Amino acid sequence: MVSEKDVSYVADLAHLELTDEERLRMLKDLNSILGYIDRLNELDTSNVEPMAQVASRYGERKDEAGGFAFAMRSDELRPCLPREEALRNAPASDGTFFKVPKVIERQP
Amino acid sequence: MNLDLLTVDSARAAVLERETTATALVDDFYQKIEAEDGAVGAYLTLSKDRAYRQAARIDALADKGDDLPPLAGVPVAIKDVFTTKDVRTTAGSKTLADFIAPYDATVVSRLEDAGAIILGKTNCDEFAMGSSNENSGFHPVHNPRDRSRVPGGSSGGSAATIAAGTAVASLGSDTGGSIRQPAAFCGVVGLMPTYGRVSRYGLIAFASSLDHPGPFGKSVKDAALMLQAIAGRDPLDSTTADVPVPNYREQIGQPVTGMKIGVPLEYFGEGIDLEVSTAVQFGIEELRKAGADIVPISLPHTPYAIPTYYVIATAEASSNLARYDGVRYGLRAREGKTLSEMYRRTRDAGFGAEVKRRIMLGTYVLSAGYYDAYYLKAQRVRSLLARDFDEAFAKVDVIVTPTTPTPAFKLGEKADDPLAMYLADIFTVTADLAGIPGISIPCGKSKEGLPIGMQILGKHFDEATVLRVAHVAEHALAAKVY
Repeated sequence: MVSEKDVSYVADLAHLELTDEERLRMLKDLNSILGYIDRLNELDTSNVEPMAQVASRYGERKDEAGGFAFAMRSDELRPCLPREEALRNAPASDGTFFKVPKVIERQP
Repeated sequence: MNLDLLTVDSARAAVLERETTATALVDDFYQKIEAEDGAVGAYLTLSKDRAYRQAARIDALADKGDDLPPLAGVPVAIKDVFTTKDVRTTAGSKTLADFIAPYDATVVSRLEDAGAIILGKTNCDEFAMGSSNENSGFHPVHNPRDRSRVPGGSSGGSAATIAAGTAVASLGSDTGGSIRQPAAFCGVVGLMPTYGRVSRYGLIAFASSLDHPGPFGKSVKDAALMLQAIAGRDPLDSTTADVPVPNYREQIGQPVTGMKIGVPLEYFGEGIDLEVSTAVQFGIEELRKAGADIVPISLPHTPYAIPTYYVIATAEASSNLARYDGVRYGLRAREGKTLSEMYRRTRDAGFGAEVKRRIMLGTYVLSAGYYDAYYLKAQRVRSLLARDFDEAFAKVDVIVTPTTPTPAFKLGEKADDPLAMYLADIFTVTADLAGIPGISIPCGKSKEGLPIGMQILGKHFDEATVLRVAHVAEHALAAKVY
């Protein structure tokens, strides 16, 4: 069971604040969804490899279709977005950098 | 010219044979969109400058008497999760309400290179999270076949443009059913290609190991021609596979004689609407009459697909959506005094309820103490689900199922019950988890006149066989009167 404390902890990890109302709703929804997810425990998976990627099942295999081999490329310099383009959507910038609120508080 | 009847080939032919110009066609579509889209809500942004520039380019080619590229003059709509240079790209989220993308998604540039004209960006569930389009940060989409009902989701806007005739073809993305389910609800064709067949470069990420870009069209042939333009290895997406792309047009009209079609018993059991199962059984019977062998099969882990999906998809989403922090682009809440306060207030203000729910669930299943119990467990079950398909495809060429357990539901019907909403994807999520291709084609209607969808799943990279079977079924079914 997810508790109110868990909701606060996870919201913190996820950089969400959430209103009191949202927290209550989240408690109810997470418990209902996780209760449903618990049915995965009906399956014995002790000898089953985890599948993280579609290609991970086929990555080593080269079949007649040409295989699913992981794509590799040479490490070469390529053009990237010009600075003004990269900054164009920034909520705050000084023309060179992104601007953010204070990260470190000055000691009193 | 009747815009509702235009197909990819007939739109191109009309421009090639000077029956109309690409520019006039764009005028006609924008007039139709302005007159009719208000009641549907399929479009979020119209890319008029871009559309008229491309139309002028096509008209110049036609004036010279040059042969035209394969999608020349074809007006298309793009789900707003694909970036479009200099055009607003929102992913259906208030977070990106003013985001102007600095580059094109590969699928977008490939469509334009093939001559297609991008009319605009379509509405969707926020960050593609939803099955009804009600999670759009802007406004819901109404199903053009019955406006009191949802168009499905998350690519509801793209499916609705085809049903409403406000685009000839469109692009969507499918993570748990988001192309096939709205195609079924709107009575159009929706194709999810194999994972790795189509580039995700420029697709705003929801769950990276599950996101599949793919087309919608009025017909199987239109979906095939769209796939032709977007398929193939892309150096900008290292998960695209270096597998040759066949000529899909050649599949259209090929017979299914002797082909083995698997019908999984798990997809016709409890919870399915009787009208849906009857219609799809009828569709399967048409394939049998066309010469295919019908083989009963089992996909025994099917009941575990939804719980597996909601662990893996939310875990990946929680990581992918960490980037929306108000620093580099997107919304920033003003009142944050410290950096971390600014992050939290920005994310609180920008994300809708379902997105927050999924970020929370994903963060929870990845957090210390739960990673093995939930995330790793789900990845192991994902292997079992993929293995079910491997075993089935050792015996059959394609698998045929209903696309959804019910026809389109009413707006608001499931909006307050996330679990009930998740179950709308029960027949589609497994293919996303395994990475195999699938298509939904119209397969009759319910008594209330609502479209029903039939799903055809194939082997990895075997979209050709899926399209061949789909085309035979489409034509057999079109000949019947419901």
